[in-house]
Amino acid sequence: MQEKYDYLVIGGGVVGSMIARWLSRYEGRVLLIEKEADLGMGCSSANTAIVHAGYDPLPGSLKALMNVRANPMWDQLAGELGFAFERRGDYVVAVGEEELPLVDKLMQQGIKNGVPGMRMIDGAEMRSRERDINPEVSGALWASTGGLCDPFQVTVAAAENAVNNGATVLFNTAFEDFIWEGSRIIGVKTNRGDFFARWVINAAGIYSDDVMHKAGVRPEFFIKARKGEYFIFDRAEVQIHNVLFPVPSSRGKGILVTGTLHENTIIGPNANIIDDKEDTSLTKEGMDELLSGAQKLIPSLNLKHSIANFVGLRPMGNGPCLTPGINYNNDFVIEIPEKVQGFVNLGGIESPGLTSAPAIAERVVDLMKDAGEIFIDKKDWDPIRPARPRFSKLTHQERKLLCEIDPRYGRIICRCENVTEGEIVAEIHAPVPAQTYDAIKRRTWLGTGRCQGGFDMSRVVAILAREMGTSPFEITKRGEGSEYLIRTTKNVEVENVD
Amino acid sequence: MSIKKQYDVVVIGAGPSGLAAAIEAKKGGADDVLVIERDVELGGILLQCIHNGFGLQTFKEDLPGPEYAQRFINEAKSLGITFLMDTMVMDVTSQRKLYLSSKDFGYLEVDAHAIVLAMGCRERSRAQVRIPGYRPNGVFTAGTAQRWVNVEGFMPGNKFVILGSGDIGMIMARRLTFEGAKVERVLEIQSYLSGLSRNYVQCLEDWGIPLQLRHTIKKIHGKNRVEAIESVAVDDKWNFIPGTEEIISCDTLLLSVGLIPENELSKKAGVMLDPVTGGPFVDEHFQTNVPGIFAAGNVVHVYDLVDYVSMAGFEAGKSAAEFALAEKERAARYIPLKAGKNVRYIVPHKLDKKALEQGDISLQMRVTQPIEEDVWLEVRGEENSIVRRSERYVRPGEMVTIVLKSSMAAEVEKTGVLTVDIYPKSEA
Repeated sequence: MQEKYDYLVIGGGVVGSMIARWLSRYEGRVLLIEKEADLGMGCSSANTAIVHAGYDPLPGSLKALMNVRANPMWDQLAGELGFAFERRGDYVVAVGEEELPLVDKLMQQGIKNGVPGMRMIDGAEMRSRERDINPEVSGALWASTGGLCDPFQVTVAAAENAVNNGATVLFNTAFEDFIWEGSRIIGVKTNRGDFFARWVINAAGIYSDDVMHKAGVRPEFFIKARKGEYFIFDRAEVQIHNVLFPVPSSRGKGILVTGTLHENTIIGPNANIIDDKEDTSLTKEGMDELLSGAQKLIPSLNLKHSIANFVGLRPMGNGPCLTPGINYNNDFVIEIPEKVQGFVNLGGIESPGLTSAPAIAERVVDLMKDAGEIFIDKKDWDPIRPARPRFSKLTHQERKLLCEIDPRYGRIICRCENVTEGEIVAEIHAPVPAQTYDAIKRRTWLGTGRCQGGFDMSRVVAILAREMGTSPFEITKRGEGSEYLIRTTKNVEVENVD
Repeated sequence: MSIKKQYDVVVIGAGPSGLAAAIEAKKGGADDVLVIERDVELGGILLQCIHNGFGLQTFKEDLPGPEYAQRFINEAKSLGITFLMDTMVMDVTSQRKLYLSSKDFGYLEVDAHAIVLAMGCRERSRAQVRIPGYRPNGVFTAGTAQRWVNVEGFMPGNKFVILGSGDIGMIMARRLTFEGAKVERVLEIQSYLSGLSRNYVQCLEDWGIPLQLRHTIKKIHGKNRVEAIESVAVDDKWNFIPGTEEIISCDTLLLSVGLIPENELSKKAGVMLDPVTGGPFVDEHFQTNVPGIFAAGNVVHVYDLVDYVSMAGFEAGKSAAEFALAEKERAARYIPLKAGKNVRYIVPHKLDKKALEQGDISLQMRVTQPIEEDVWLEVRGEENSIVRRSERYVRPGEMVTIVLKSSMAAEVEKTGVLTVDIYPKSEA
């Protein structure tokens, strides 16, 4: 018996998860397949976590349209899905008089894109707003609608809300090929068998070119990985609250310095176009480049206070802008191709892709409606995904109450970030379950502090094994091939160690 | 087990310094000593240090870590010290209030006359030494691997490279060899050993494990699990020397690249830290800049031998007990002033009985409701009236004062609380 769905989404990044969530409000069965062991393992988990105001994309591009449409959607989305979001605003900082015209150009671009709430501030005001800023600062663009989110939470919350409304999420399920009926796609072949669906949506991120080529769509479209390295700083040592961009260059938005909702400061990304879509390695050159780039904005930054690195691969496509008269070849692709039925094609969803995700999901539904799909609202659709408690964020009184309700919240497993056993167990048994160490890390922020998991790792492996009813040898960092333990020591019986 | 709201000395951490501090605090006269430990067992990191070399100074014996710890645990238990295990201290204030979290006891507040910080230290991680390459599984600190192997009985790999010649790294090299693993190399970026020479001889040399000084890691290979590391020689300024690269195949990289005192809690309590040691500034009694908060062991600076850690714990515990007893005596001199009938508040809130012996003390207060007739203003103890005077009226807008004469000190001495009532004479 083959599984039949109405809508099948390939890829569990923030875009795929958001599309699944949008589709889950209508009658019909939704399936999201993800090749990795968790959601958001690609670009969605390695970015700057910024909800952009929309002054950066070229006026007339789909990127600009989606960004400006999506930005105001985030307040409601955060309220419904229970993820962290804060409209902190952002700055594009001009250092030296010669950079001022570039900042002004961005302001004009923002006005053309329809971005509200921007203004130019002078160097003195910028210095008063960020005491550690480069004293050479000559002025800045202040965009009050810029925001910060926790992109892991966003992705998980969207997929979880979809699941709560009847959708199915399958991990470790890799797309291999399409199943056709004439010129209509009716399903996909995967490493875990065939799945049939009336519609298939390509949200495969950095591999979306491969997927669309299998559909015979846009043979000229290719994605290159634009690799960006980042440093995360110890919040006890470095506290930059603001979101500070340098003036952009041809290589992108540049190396920024920004606070995060976890109160860690991060710097990055650099931007190197590479061929290997799996190359998430850190480079010595990259680390040096980051520091000098970030010090342009905050000269006092010292790498001895960095506690972690990460690398993101942005899926840079060569999709042409469809607005007549605009010569731009790195636009989003969001379309229903003419020659293939039952297929929604997305590609090149790099920055501002995270910001745009809700608008992209909305557009996908609109395109399908235009193609004749009839959507019927689910009567019992629940847009609310309740957030689970984060012990470290609670007051003393709230912690006391939570411990009374469930004593497991009293036991601290990650001592730097104060993540409790109760939180870990809740994530393992969540609607979209966390089944790897990294999945728990991304959902709870465990293991992200100064000791980088040194203390919690063996304990989390034991809890995962216990809760999943499996052996500690099966527990992985991020899916098959990344196991922690190889064998027992000599003459030791394996027990479920807790 | 009942947990009190107030202890004389609270020790945070039941490793070697915390155990020693608790023992000496108790011996020094502190009645109620509480030790809070986040692990399920006492002894701290000593429990996973199953090698010998502990106690040569303290006991003139060569003991393994757990046995060294057990001697202190036995003594602490025989002295009647209270232990809270599997319990984390979430917050400490400069007023010596602690917030604790535990699966068994819930979320609690405890006050201490004195605190000994004995949280130890933690290992530096990969980012702090900035190793380029992928971020696969199989990169662990030496201490994490030590816990798996020695406490839980698991092997986290078969073929190891160790970065850093710290003591834990060298000891793990030998331990892993015992367990049938292959330790390919120990790499040290400096031109000298960072741990003890005896560990080099006993743990590396005796087992034929090569140590390369002035070498570090250029890149980690392997996306999901470590597959190899690329080592490289460095010059005096730690620049890579081209042409010296070597690919060493392995499935695990252990980091033994230094320890950092763990002072998140200390900072919450307002303790100032020395940027050089990473630990609190302390005086010769191991008291920090915050009165009544002491610190001992690796939380102050990283030690080479556990015996010295214990000695520091003894000193801190003794000093903490002295402070606690003085503080307790001072606290006992005070009695609270309670706003009774028709009194909104009284200043001062508490009264030093000794101070009353030396001179009169004026109590200032405001009433809750006006009384437009003759009233009594009365200060009373638990059983006796101490002073009473009259007024023609009282009004909330007008402050009322009652003077306690130093001649009343003997009466005040008998009571544990003073209450002030203001009421119409007609009700008396």
